[in-house]
Amino acid sequence: MNGSKSPSGSPGVSSSPSTTARPGTSASLATSPNMNPRELGTYTKNTWCPGCGNFSILSAIQTVLASMHDEGYPLENVVIVSGIGCHAKISDYLNINSFYSLHGRTLPVATGIKLANPDLKVICFSGDGDSLAEGLDHLIFAAKRNLDITLILHDNRVYGLTTGQYTPTSPLGFKGKSTPMGTEELPMNPIELMLVSGATYLARGYTHGIDLLRKLFRDAIMHKGFSFVDTLQVCVTYFNMYETYNKRVYEVQGNDASSFDEAMKIARSWDYNNMEAPIPLGKFYDIDKPRFDQVFPGYEPHPVDRDAKIREVLDSLI
Amino acid sequence: MRKVVEGSYAIAQAVKCCDPDIISAYPITPQTHIVENLSQMVADGELKAEFITVDSEFSALSALVGSSAMGARSYSSTTSQGLALMYEVLYNVSGLRMPIVMTVANRAMGAPLNIWNDQQDSIGARDCGWIQLYAENVQEAMDLTPQAYKLAEDPDILTPVMVCMDGFILTHVYEPVEFLDHDKVKQFLPPFKPKITLDPAHPVTIGAFADPSTFTEYRYLQQDAQNKALGKIDTIAKEFKETFGRYYGGLIDTYRMEGADAAIVTLGSVIGTIKDALDEMWAEGKKVGLVKVRSYRPFPVKALRDSLKDVSSIAVIEKDVSIGNEAGLTTDLKAAFYNTGMKTPIIGFTAGLGGRDITLKDIKKAGDKALAAAKGPEAEFEFLTLRKEIL
Ligand SMILES: Cc1ncc(C[n+]2csc(CCOP(=O)(O)OP(=O)(O)O)c2C)c(N)n1
Ligand code: SF4
Ligand SMILES: [Mg+2]
Repeated sequence: MNGSKSPSGSPGVSSSPSTTARPGTSASLATSPNMNPRELGTYTKNTWCPGCGNFSILSAIQTVLASMHDEGYPLENVVIVSGIGCHAKISDYLNINSFYSLHGRTLPVATGIKLANPDLKVICFSGDGDSLAEGLDHLIFAAKRNLDITLILHDNRVYGLTTGQYTPTSPLGFKGKSTPMGTEELPMNPIELMLVSGATYLARGYTHGIDLLRKLFRDAIMHKGFSFVDTLQVCVTYFNMYETYNKRVYEVQGNDASSFDEAMKIARSWDYNNMEAPIPLGKFYDIDKPRFDQVFPGYEPHPVDRDAKIREVLDSLI
Repeated sequence: MRKVVEGSYAIAQAVKCCDPDIISAYPITPQTHIVENLSQMVADGELKAEFITVDSEFSALSALVGSSAMGARSYSSTTSQGLALMYEVLYNVSGLRMPIVMTVANRAMGAPLNIWNDQQDSIGARDCGWIQLYAENVQEAMDLTPQAYKLAEDPDILTPVMVCMDGFILTHVYEPVEFLDHDKVKQFLPPFKPKITLDPAHPVTIGAFADPSTFTEYRYLQQDAQNKALGKIDTIAKEFKETFGRYYGGLIDTYRMEGADAAIVTLGSVIGTIKDALDEMWAEGKKVGLVKVRSYRPFPVKALRDSLKDVSSIAVIEKDVSIGNEAGLTTDLKAAFYNTGMKTPIIGFTAGLGGRDITLKDIKKAGDKALAAAKGPEAEFEFLTLRKEIL
């Protein structure tokens, strides 16, 4: 964990104690929290490329966290976990408990954190390479278990940090540095995959639509169960999709998010390959299902008075 | 043809000349440029190989297990975390006696996360049954590539080879190199003729179970092949010299060992700096020589004993640490001497971890300590450049 990144220079991460929290401002939630979202920034030098979609993700999550703080949610109970990639630098830029994991291992670490202390809000920031290639098995299992954590996928459809190779969501024929002739694989549809794997909250956001992004992030974090937000994050350097996305994206309205079939229909309406098809954004699926973390008794962080316990047992025997 | 190119391009050029049938790799810094260059060569039709893009290093090496079983000459490259992710497959490849060649662009192992050079990754994989050759400079890493295939595919050896080169220091440096001539490499390295492959006309099972009645013998045969490689490495190096005119020593090489009082033993790119440091030391009347370990597995016990028999003390400088003991080369070298009655003091230094530079001053310090160790070493093992002020 990064213990020393708080702007005050002191270790620890609580930017303000929960006792100062202001109650219920959820109506204004994502747009104008009382806490200045900038307080959730750090002094670490930001090395994302100018214009990178990651800035929107950072800004959206800061606003959401600030609004949670306003409502009395203690931010020291939030842990973020990232993989390795451009996306992962968000761990350095957010003044929140954070864990930089290995490439592909975002979810197993998050699983351990959540099960060790089910009271924590665990939010994963992962790349499309991270969670759809190197660590795909973990993604499927997190959905299958319906563990109560959130995964925000920085889906730039390219390996950004290693400078521009194709990923599982790159379109067919994508000319990346490892595929100069163009890929020969059809892209994966992560939302469809998550739906059949058992995820209980599914949404798609776009880094050029910050209001929707804030709404979806907040919704996903509040959801009880495994929530997945596929975020079309534009990588300006290696796969600049602004123009295409700006023309194609639209927000789904009036859909029945409790219907598997409807969610599947929306998910399938864009296959990550067809550049002409409209691209739905918004919440696609939101249901309640038993969760993996519910079957664990919960880690008891308070020390047990062993003497008293022994006395109790002895008394019961007399 | 002599050209100034990036180290990674040079390696790709050398791999191309070896005519691999299948290449599979997953991007990871500082290996990336090697495989990107190879995929470009395939795309340009310069290299007639299949390039299999995969989802992880585990898949990359596993894909080569399949291709090698089909009798295809197979190549990969990785480093650090990627090599660690291949760990299970490393044993699989060597145990199945598949002559795969892999360039390891040496990098530190996390945590803490670090992308810079040291040799913890490959030294940590020393027991996996692969031959490990270490290059001092880009030209040597290039030249080792066809030599590695020739060695790996030798019917007496049939053992995979890692060609280890320091990440960034060699992979990203631009320096003049002599390109390999494709036709000459073809002469030097005949086409791969596997003994056993998957062939529908003659069905076999590869990867079958070995119970306690045979498992030991499989291991013994791997050990035996590594022992045979001790002889072959030098023979192949000499054959290479005949065709290409370049020779770097066989299992080891030496510098200023004639008349030296003490020796430094090391591997990899730091050798260039060490040679400069030793020149300065000799000018100051301090007679310290150098033994360069080119083959770390098989470990050249006899060659090291012979080359070090006349010095009164030895310092090892290496970019790894066996956390909880000393470091790989140090321990191996001490073990090589134990039964000989040689009582030469050996002091081990770990240096250059996570990309920290090893300077002339650092090397001279190690050299001085080596000279002083003749009277009995002050320590068995030390971190050579420790910033005590931040501990
Ligand atoms: C085991 C392992 N293999 C490879 C790498 C090298 N690596 C670092 S980041 C990365 C890809 C990142 O892509 P993505 O997850 O999509 O994140 P982005 O940079 O696009 O945000 C790779 C391959 C690594 N760190 N570990
Ligand atoms: S390479 Fe792409 S994803 Fe990475 S910081 Fe730059 S624009 Fe963003
Ligand atoms: Mg990505």
